[in-house]
Amino acid sequence: MQLVLEKRAERSNTIALISPLIAIGLTILTMVILFAILGKNPLLALHAYFIAPLTDSYSLQEIAVKATPLVMIAIGLSLCYLANAWNIGAEGQFLIGAVAGSWIAVKTQGTDAGVWVLPVMLVLAAAAGALYALIPAICKVKFGASEILTSLMLVYVADLFLDYLVRGPWRDPHGFNFPTTAEFDPVATVPLLIEGGRLHLGSIIALLVVAAVAILLGRTIKGFEIRVVGAAPRAARFGGFNSNQLIILTFAVSGALAGVAGIIEVAGPIGHLQPGISPGYGFTAIIVAFLGRLNPLGILIAGLFLALTFIGGEQAQIAMKIPLDVTKVFQGILLFYVLACDSLILYRFKLVFPNRQVARGAG
Amino acid sequence: MRKSLLALAAGLLLAGSVSAASAADKLKVGFIYLGPIGDLGWTYQHDLARQALVKELGDKIETTYLENVPEGPDAERAIEQLVRAGNKLIFTTSFGYMDPTLKVAKKYPNVHFEHSTGYKRDKNMSTYSAKWYQGRYIQGLIAAKMSKSGVLGYIGSFPIPEVVSGINATILAAQTINPNIKVKIIWANTWFDPGKEADAAKALIDQGADVIMQHTDSPAAMQIASERGKLAFGQDSEMIKFGPTTQLTSILDTWGPYYIARVKAELDGTWKSEDTWGGLDSHMFAMAPYTNMPDDVKKLAEDAQAAITAGKLHPFKCPVVGQDSKPVECKGGANLDDGQILGMNFYVKGIDDKLPGK
Repeated sequence: MQLVLEKRAERSNTIALISPLIAIGLTILTMVILFAILGKNPLLALHAYFIAPLTDSYSLQEIAVKATPLVMIAIGLSLCYLANAWNIGAEGQFLIGAVAGSWIAVKTQGTDAGVWVLPVMLVLAAAAGALYALIPAICKVKFGASEILTSLMLVYVADLFLDYLVRGPWRDPHGFNFPTTAEFDPVATVPLLIEGGRLHLGSIIALLVVAAVAILLGRTIKGFEIRVVGAAPRAARFGGFNSNQLIILTFAVSGALAGVAGIIEVAGPIGHLQPGISPGYGFTAIIVAFLGRLNPLGILIAGLFLALTFIGGEQAQIAMKIPLDVTKVFQGILLFYVLACDSLILYRFKLVFPNRQVARGAG
Repeated sequence: MRKSLLALAAGLLLAGSVSAASAADKLKVGFIYLGPIGDLGWTYQHDLARQALVKELGDKIETTYLENVPEGPDAERAIEQLVRAGNKLIFTTSFGYMDPTLKVAKKYPNVHFEHSTGYKRDKNMSTYSAKWYQGRYIQGLIAAKMSKSGVLGYIGSFPIPEVVSGINATILAAQTINPNIKVKIIWANTWFDPGKEADAAKALIDQGADVIMQHTDSPAAMQIASERGKLAFGQDSEMIKFGPTTQLTSILDTWGPYYIARVKAELDGTWKSEDTWGGLDSHMFAMAPYTNMPDDVKKLAEDAQAAITAGKLHPFKCPVVGQDSKPVECKGGANLDDGQILGMNFYVKGIDDKLPGK
């Protein structure tokens, strides 16, 4: 008797719907076992991870703050991925957006520049992110260069460019040589929404982006085009859709969104430009995009869920002395189960009994 | 069955809250770490000090740490999480936590903060650091004696004054032995990245350096020097097991006595915001045993250590000559004053390199 994976005749919509739930269930089960092995009370540990952060407004705000860049970048990436354009360099577009926006903040520092500063920063960040994303897109369309490689490599270029700026021309003259700009002026800072918390306007912008893309994909011809080009390239060609044009468009939009996420992070929670402004948001957002099944609402939920594991992981470290590594194991296990369960959408398990006749004939 | 499970769950939750209540009597002390506690360098030493603290005052305090906290937007949240978990004294142990610590300190005036290696303070935020340049001076003497090629390899982290003053102290000491000593400097632009640190060590050795010194936190450079049969200095912690025939000595961060003193002050209600910058005399750091060197070099090092500890020898004794061949203004009488060292932003003469950003 043998257990084999067999391709389904067509994709199972039921499984597609419940597979994330199965994955979360299996993750929790695995974590319970892991906690028990570590000698921690599994119920209390799960409580610290998933329930405690949801019970007070401070943690809820922090979840939103953490999820904001993830969701914003992942939404842009989902457009690319739906159109079969593989933008892996959102991290770089995030950094370039942050740099471009910070330029205004640094140049207007200490002047009596008015409320126009922040809006201009946002627009510049979007433009810079989009332009930066267009480099791999144009290389792909014109020369057939792999956008996966070029967009990824441009991340390091952006990283070093930012590094150069904060070490050289933009360095805080009173910062003892440490690589950082001075703190941004209030007009160059993203306003907070709740007194005493860190929730900022960026979270609202992220929600607007989610809504806008949901409408784009669900209600417009362009959205339809994106989905058709990705799902059925041949059909799209017959339909007269220009896939090259879509690669350019989706890359530009995702670059712009990553750029805006970058400047919001810098002008929001951080307050100045420095190296290491992103703990890998551009890459984590790829996970968020797929965890959310490239669906705007799904991405919103996935982003919040991933943020919850970060905040919960910290609270578990504090409350139960559970090492940080366990949080990372936890995130890894979750992704593993999601991918594993997703294979059940197109495949199914089947028990195969060896054919005795053949066996005898061979023997 | 179901009922008993629920009862069990309730019991467990109750047990949790009871233990929380008994812990409330103890002073809660929090720590924010830059690396993993197993980095065998910077963070490892801070955690050793935390363990010493627990050993000394464990019946009166409860400690909590968050490790691997990046110096970006996550730091402020991590610090605030510790405050919200009831910690009353919080040590943030890296330069990059300076602004986040200050922000949280302003928000919670009744909580006390201790920030390591920074320069911003508040009425509830102290700073503490060590005069590592004293140890670097001793290393410079040893390096010049032990180097056959006359070329030292230096792995820098960030060109901040703490690191720059270390490089200068090393070279000033080395020049007293060998006036033509050369130093090659590579900036790793990180505090902890074993891969980058190893690459830097390889590049330095390829450029002729035969003594490797580092201001980054992992033992990677020590391992490379060991593989290539060169000599090296450890950093932050004892790294001799990564190079038993390689390590000359190592600057050991010994935060334990300071942490114990500060927590005692907090327990007594005498804690106040201060700036502590201790050297060999106040045991803010120590030198690992002098190994893999002849007795005369060992004696030279020990004598220098004794002289620095006694205040008879100052690494930045005037005149200190800059790269432009002009002596630097001598604000401290016989030597540069603390402010000049804390803000050091120049290379001394003899360093054939340009300070980044200059």
